[in-house]
Amino acid sequence: MDSIDRAIINQLQGGFPICEHPYQVMADQFGITESDLIQRLEQMLEKKQLSRFGPMYHAERLGGGLSLCAMSIPDDEFDHVVDQVNSFPEVAHNYARDHELNMWFVLATETPERIDSVLEEIEQATGYQVYNMPKQHEFYVGLKFEV
Amino acid sequence: MVLTEIDNRLISEIQGGLPLVSHPYAEIASRIGISEQEVIERIAAMQEQGVIKRMGIVVRHHELGYTANAMVVWNVPEERLEEVGNKIGSKSCVTLCYQRPRRLPDWPYNLFCMIHGQKRDKVLNFIETMVKDEGLEDIPHKVLFSGKRFKQRGARYQ
Repeated sequence: MDSIDRAIINQLQGGFPICEHPYQVMADQFGITESDLIQRLEQMLEKKQLSRFGPMYHAERLGGGLSLCAMSIPDDEFDHVVDQVNSFPEVAHNYARDHELNMWFVLATETPERIDSVLEEIEQATGYQVYNMPKQHEFYVGLKFEV
Repeated sequence: MVLTEIDNRLISEIQGGLPLVSHPYAEIASRIGISEQEVIERIAAMQEQGVIKRMGIVVRHHELGYTANAMVVWNVPEERLEEVGNKIGSKSCVTLCYQRPRRLPDWPYNLFCMIHGQKRDKVLNFIETMVKDEGLEDIPHKVLFSGKRFKQRGARYQ
């Protein structure tokens, strides 16, 4: 990764133009050609440095439901339960964390009402309780990583 | 904002990513049978209304070296939530800061923030300094580093 790749990552986390030739507009800022920018983005996606290139939606404003959920799973059951939980398409990401509540995942559903029913389905499938912790107030969101 | 049929088709069409071609919005337009200008106007309108938070890239932070990913949770008395939430949210290393419900008796924490760093000891130092600088010594907190990541993808919409 060279300094231009780093500039692309830092800059394009902040937005992307909505105009006829957006890659050309950004390429001019980086001092490279349009095809060079497109190629670099292709490579970063291929190397999985980027998870996505496109829109970030606001789940609630799209009419969807979003929540952070946690479970407490015994170590010897963990791999099995993680597979069960991740088999639900509504589970967007899932991390193990070092706490009694050791599995943390984000649920994204098409309607807010679906959150409760998916939680129930997960509880039934796994036999473990799900702690539902939806966002109540946003103090700050700026998820951006400098490289 | 009331989303039109066209908006919904656009949302679904671009959620997997923008085409990596010289005129990406024209390509989307031809896929759904409207003009490039209309695609540009609708996407801009959805961004203005906050349905689209932003266009651009989402990084896989782990692959970029941010492997120490801490969720720090705080048990904040209601009357101090606003103050503490804003203080923590204004710190440069904090990437998210949300109020969430307690789940008593197992889970007493009502304020969650994320700190992504390259090394665990640096993240811990940062938290320690933040507690001192902001006078948070009397607010119980816990640091939950992430272990294995099992899934990372954006939400999917029809």
